Amino acid sequence: MIISDTHVPARAPFSATLKAGQTIRIIDLESQQAVDALFYNAADTTERYSAQDTLAAQALAGGPYYLQTGSVLLSNEGRAMATIIADTCGFHDTNAGACSCESNTVRFGHETRFMHSCRENFLVELGKYGLAKRDLVSNVNFFMNVPIRPNGELTVDDGVSEPGGYVELRAEMDLLVLISNCPQVNNPCNGFNPTPIRIIISQ
Amino acid sequence: MLDLNNLTPDQYRARYAALQDAARARAASPAAAAMAPLDPAAILKSGSIPPGAYINLRLPRWHAIRITNPAGTPGAALFIWNADEPSERFNAGDTVKLQWTTNLTTGRVLFSDMGRVLAAITADTGAGHDAIIGPSTPAQSPFPNGRDNLRLAAAKFGLSRRDVGPAISLFTRIQTDEAGRFHHQGAPAPGAAVELRAEQNLLLALSNTPGALSKVANATGPLDYAIIHAPPGEDDLCRRFTEEAMRGYDNTDALFA
Repeated sequence: MIISDTHVPARAPFSATLKAGQTIRIIDLESQQAVDALFYNAADTTERYSAQDTLAAQALAGGPYYLQTGSVLLSNEGRAMATIIADTCGFHDTNAGACSCESNTVRFGHETRFMHSCRENFLVELGKYGLAKRDLVSNVNFFMNVPIRPNGELTVDDGVSEPGGYVELRAEMDLLVLISNCPQVNNPCNGFNPTPIRIIISQ
Repeated sequence: MLDLNNLTPDQYRARYAALQDAARARAASPAAAAMAPLDPAAILKSGSIPPGAYINLRLPRWHAIRITNPAGTPGAALFIWNADEPSERFNAGDTVKLQWTTNLTTGRVLFSDMGRVLAAITADTGAGHDAIIGPSTPAQSPFPNGRDNLRLAAAKFGLSRRDVGPAISLFTRIQTDEAGRFHHQGAPAPGAAVELRAEQNLLLALSNTPGALSKVANATGPLDYAIIHAPPGEDDLCRRFTEEAMRGYDNTDALFA
């Protein structure tokens, strides 16, 4: 049963709460669109997604440095928050964080200071739940291609998701989910052309 | 002047390619080298952290902390905050993304979430420092572990688990292979050391606990530390090592202008 079906415009934020067992499907309508996401325990938001817990557990199980079907997103208490149950892309980043106005100045030049960014989207949505910058942590970047090469180089490369590609997660606890439909045009994460996404929550 | 919100995809790509080429040209850090002993008269404060223990201290701008690992224990958990505004804190994602590398060694810097430099790696024997997997948690060692110790250290500054984000495991070398798998390179050589210079007034938490992928769950020796006054010289490496660092220092220096 579909609970909500939302068209999220290019560059826009989105948030929703999910009950344990409900699913969220994020659809990359036009391809190569990075979707930044954060997860909080809806009952106590000081428990939140932890990229390091997630990758440590995945590494100890022999898994890769990126997220794919079967990846379990863990909290900063090491508890399962969500599981990736379907995925047409096969590579989702959780190392490179979200773009911000401030980091853009460092990475792309001071002239980018006033361009829109994911952390602006996150801060707007966090505020609606009484949360703030202290609550921002390393996030998941769905559909974002960030290889870490054997020599340690980390780059944002061209996205590999196809038009209509999707990723679907099952909530393993009651969750607050924050989304930023990434507005970045200074690297290839959105094909230099941010596009809309669709988000379907079901149970 | 370019209208950055309305370039063509080809124009954006050309800008990105130029930045990437510059980063690759500057990828190599200086060779790892043994550090000269500190002048005992210059040491402002020093101490030793027993296995499993932690410290929390204030490190003012342009003071440096040298952390030495005499027995080669497999990791040291580190987290830092801007002491004047602790919502500004170490950001692992920005640190690796802005410098185009996960190799944190001499010349590299530790970025906050505000596009500013919190600390610079001014000297390093090359043991490797990991900001991807990070310190141990209760999943690896019920107590003590890096996660709980960093939270305890944070608590001593009046901070909570909200304030402790993804952290660094010093003395931890983790690499990825072509298949995307992680490889933990084991414990460092005895005598490994790293020196961090504060670029803002810092709150610092340092725990003598292994990295999360260490096969040895508990620390195997002490960590020694010493703090000195160490303002950057005219020819400072870290301030000029990359274009990204230079812009990060522009942002940082503006706080103290």
